[in-house]
Amino acid sequence: MIKVDIQTQDFDISIELAWMRQATDNCGAIASFVGLVRGKDASNIVDFIELEHYPVMAEKSITHMAEMAMQRWPLTAVRVIHRVGRLPAGAQIVLVLTASEHRKAAFAACEFVMDYLKAEAPFWKKEILPAGEHWVEAKASDELAKQAWLIE
Amino acid sequence: MQESSVRNIQILYFARVKEKLNYSIEPLSLPESIHTISDLKRLLAQRGESWSEIFSADKQIRAAVNHELVSDEYLIQDKDEVGFFPPVSGG
Repeated sequence: MIKVDIQTQDFDISIELAWMRQATDNCGAIASFVGLVRGKDASNIVDFIELEHYPVMAEKSITHMAEMAMQRWPLTAVRVIHRVGRLPAGAQIVLVLTASEHRKAAFAACEFVMDYLKAEAPFWKKEILPAGEHWVEAKASDELAKQAWLIE
Repeated sequence: MQESSVRNIQILYFARVKEKLNYSIEPLSLPESIHTISDLKRLLAQRGESWSEIFSADKQIRAAVNHELVSDEYLIQDKDEVGFFPPVSGG
């Protein structure tokens, strides 16, 4: 089972974990990743970020990543929430939950989905600093992390 | 013009592309000489300095058609939705 939401409101990981437990059969492990807004980037204080996305494409691309993960590992469920809009330092941005009978598949799939999401899902971050604002550049290391899954 | 050659598309711009061009969405009827994403970029680059900086000088700009990433060689069809945006930075 795959469930993907793009939303402005915050999420509660305990509610999502409860959903995973009832949605999956014979689940023995759930791995989770939560991404947060850092309050500092290099030496700059970040007050908040603004997250823009390409509606429809964002949902479709994350769903496709979850489908790839389910083909690659014996998963029972993948849950992804990505927030958009204005988010203050410390706020939750993204949640990835992966459920499986055993932990190794859950851990690997969680990292796989996050690596693909960082490299390909159409979201863009703008940092709002006391001195002004700027778009966050894509990192080459994110593209390399995704490509590493192609040769494993 | 033959009916088969009419191609009305929708173009969407995102993030710093949108801000620089001050455009977020526009319908466009493609001239007959425009076939690929590469042709479309060349056409848009002629609109002025900011457009040329995005569509000619900046080799990082990505294109999606109907919500899937495509290469510059993609052949544009009638009713396509074309999105232009910089490399992604979500998560």
